[in-house]
Amino acid sequence: MSTVYALLFIVATLVMVVGLALKIKQYANTPAPLKIPTTPAPTTEAGVVMRLFREVVFFESLFKSTKWTWIFSWMFHMALFVVLLRHIRYFIDDVWLPIVLIQPFGKYAGFVMVIGLAGLFARRILVDRVRYISAPSDYLWLVVLLFIGFSGLMMSFVSHTDVTMVKQYFTGVWTFSGGELPMDFPLMVHLLLVALLMILFPFSKLLHVPGLFFSPGRNQVDNPREKRHLAPWAKTLEEQE
Amino acid sequence: MATAEFDVPELQEYVDVPEVEEGTMAHLKPFVVTNPEHNTDLGFPGELVEDWHGKTLEKLDDLRSRYRSLQVYLDACVKCGSCTDKCHYYLTTKDPKNMPVGRQDLLRKVYRRYFTFAGKYFPKLVGAEDLTRETLDDWYSYYHQCSQCRRCSVFCPYGIDTAEISMAAREILDSIGYGQKYCNEIIAKVHKVGNNLGLPGPAIEDTLEGLEEDVFDETGVEVKFPLDVKGAEILLVTPSADFFAEPHVDGLIGYAKVFHEAGVSWTLSTTASEAGNFGMFIGSYENMRRVSMRVREAALELGVKRIVFGECGHAWRVAYAFLNTLAGPFDFLDPDYPVPQHICEFTKQQIDAGKLTFDKSQNDDMTITFHDSCNVARATRMGDKPGGQMDIPREVIKAACNNYVDMDHNTIGERTFCCGGGGGLLTDDLMEIRVKGALPRMTALNNAVQEHGVTHLAAICAICKSQFTKVMPYYGMDMDQVVSVHQLVSNAIVLTGQRTEDDEEEQDEEA
Ligand code: HEM
Ligand code: HEM
Ligand code: SF4
Ligand code: SF4
Repeated sequence: MSTVYALLFIVATLVMVVGLALKIKQYANTPAPLKIPTTPAPTTEAGVVMRLFREVVFFESLFKSTKWTWIFSWMFHMALFVVLLRHIRYFIDDVWLPIVLIQPFGKYAGFVMVIGLAGLFARRILVDRVRYISAPSDYLWLVVLLFIGFSGLMMSFVSHTDVTMVKQYFTGVWTFSGGELPMDFPLMVHLLLVALLMILFPFSKLLHVPGLFFSPGRNQVDNPREKRHLAPWAKTLEEQE
Repeated sequence: MATAEFDVPELQEYVDVPEVEEGTMAHLKPFVVTNPEHNTDLGFPGELVEDWHGKTLEKLDDLRSRYRSLQVYLDACVKCGSCTDKCHYYLTTKDPKNMPVGRQDLLRKVYRRYFTFAGKYFPKLVGAEDLTRETLDDWYSYYHQCSQCRRCSVFCPYGIDTAEISMAAREILDSIGYGQKYCNEIIAKVHKVGNNLGLPGPAIEDTLEGLEEDVFDETGVEVKFPLDVKGAEILLVTPSADFFAEPHVDGLIGYAKVFHEAGVSWTLSTTASEAGNFGMFIGSYENMRRVSMRVREAALELGVKRIVFGECGHAWRVAYAFLNTLAGPFDFLDPDYPVPQHICEFTKQQIDAGKLTFDKSQNDDMTITFHDSCNVARATRMGDKPGGQMDIPREVIKAACNNYVDMDHNTIGERTFCCGGGGGLLTDDLMEIRVKGALPRMTALNNAVQEHGVTHLAAICAICKSQFTKVMPYYGMDMDQVVSVHQLVSNAIVLTGQRTEDDEEEQDEEA
């Protein structure tokens, strides 16, 4: 079983990393032939960095729009961030100080994450407009994340798993030298779903993560009068005349 | 009325977010191109091609490899619903395919089915759908119920801009010979004659002479309206509606008076007698470029040093955000000025330099409010600071008027509601969606009328002005309540040597 999981995680990591790299390459190589930032937009590179920072950290545009979605979504994502930071200790030996410091209360971030997800799920069912635009996969994503959260919380608060063993296993997973994985049911579920998430990442709406950074509506500097912005294909078009 | 009957919504205090009601607008389609030349002149097949299925997918694939916006926007949507209640057309028609994400999904479903792993193998799971003949009709219907106003993109956490998607969809439809009559006919006219209305040079010349006489009769000052004058300093490019329609033409008079007082030489051009560029509405880079090149050629031929654009929203977007890219570089113009400038930027500079004298009391019979045109507010800038596109027109109005109030802050600035007629919808065959889509703007205006005694709505867009004059009567308001910003300037400006009212009285007594 430990070997199956090792294989699974190697495949999952490869799929996620290569898949995302290809997607990012596609986005980077596709030209944006015209300046189309949603204005008022920053007129400098530094301004654009700030704009993206506000979108990533505060979900600025979502905040402008709907406070309910914003609060649940922000709870979910920020808690996810803390949870993932806390998980770093399973993969490296000398954990950096900030990660040690968040351990005690970071434990509770899992609850926040689950509450956020539950709120988003309720919204998807209750608001008729959101229900209309939802495909089965939109519900399933929330379900998958909820179960990852539940199983994680089970381990943290109900039936503890041998965290040292988990750590040993994952630090050695690449060389199949990590030894055994504790055969606890919550951990099996947790890891199975996490692997699923990693495999699906580059083929799904989780592409919103790289997408945000490549969105011309948000990442362009508002300077079209000062600078020409000619895409390679548009240049070819010009030269044909 | 020419169009089928429909219910005109009633003005309430608020526009409530309605419950979804499927299919309410499925019946509405603009006229399809009937004269094949209107397609072929633009480089599209004359009528629907036989292999529409293959050609549609081919074009979609081509566009997503040339437009990062399209590729990223098709992938990134998480169906959060943030945009669903932001579109004026959804708010007033309840049709979920008029929700921005609903509109995008019409194309996204096909993209997913043919170009993504999940959609190829698990179409039901991710809501992917086959491309059928009905899909095309759905696209034709709903991508012509989007005014490309970008209001949705303000509220989307990834800035997904439905306007980009509907431009792409329209380009795909054009590329298989399923073009919209209104837009394509107009673009064909620009390519042939030089303006959207097909006004020939002599007609423009006549109009301008008439305007010179009118202004002289009224003020006693010889304000010129030059046409094709070589060596003038400024080339003015303005929407062709400014040449004849009310209230547009009063705006043109305003520009002429400002130029006159500023003491700069300027000229219009017969070959670039149109600021508008419908190439943008159909998403066609090639057509947009061809129309833009007329401006470049006119500037070169007339040997001007600066280019100024008149009051028009989408025209200002193409001019401000695209012109340099499409038809630049403009290194032959005076580098001290941005290329191009908006007439409001020009006027504001003259005001700041103290070159203009106003008698604001001339506008005292009005209380003005200002409609931010979508394309100006959300796709361009004026001046050097972000947001100048909202501030500068207001400052110009306030310099010329004593009574100004804003509408509800949720309906202006970057959140402005579309007039309902932008993006290539300004045609009688789409009257139903135009009237309905105007409701949020009309509601905010009506509230300002009730609460602040607003009498007039000022705009800086030819499409907004035409749309408002047409739809305001449906809401019990008067078409004369729409004014051009430079009409207000024209009313209040005191020309050097202008006859004052006292003079007029004396004249009357003598007579
Ligand atoms: C290979 C990757 C992962 C491993 C090995 C792993 C392992 C674990 C373990 C052993 C625990 C129990 C912690 C304890 O007992 O204190 C846990 C908890 C948890 N995990 Fe994971 N996990 C992984 C990935 C993830 C991911 C991607 C998510 C979120 C999407 C996640 C969410 C959680 C949550 C919410 C908890 C409970 C709260 C907490 O202890 O932080 N895990 N995980
Ligand atoms: C740069 C990092 C990220 C940013 C800025 C970001 C931002 C957002 C925003 C603004 C939303 C829309 C609001 C909502 O519906 O919740 C969203 C939704 C979502 N995000 Fe993220 N996200 C990030 C990373 C992630 C990661 C790493 C995951 C998964 C492990 C994730 C999973 C999701 C899911 C599943 C939804 C849909 C929620 C729903 O169904 O309502 N996000 N994200
Ligand atoms: S661009 Fe405007 S009209 Fe089009 S979907 Fe968005 S809000 Fe609606
Ligand atoms: S706001 Fe953006 S991400 Fe959310 S549903 Fe609309 S288009 Fe999709």
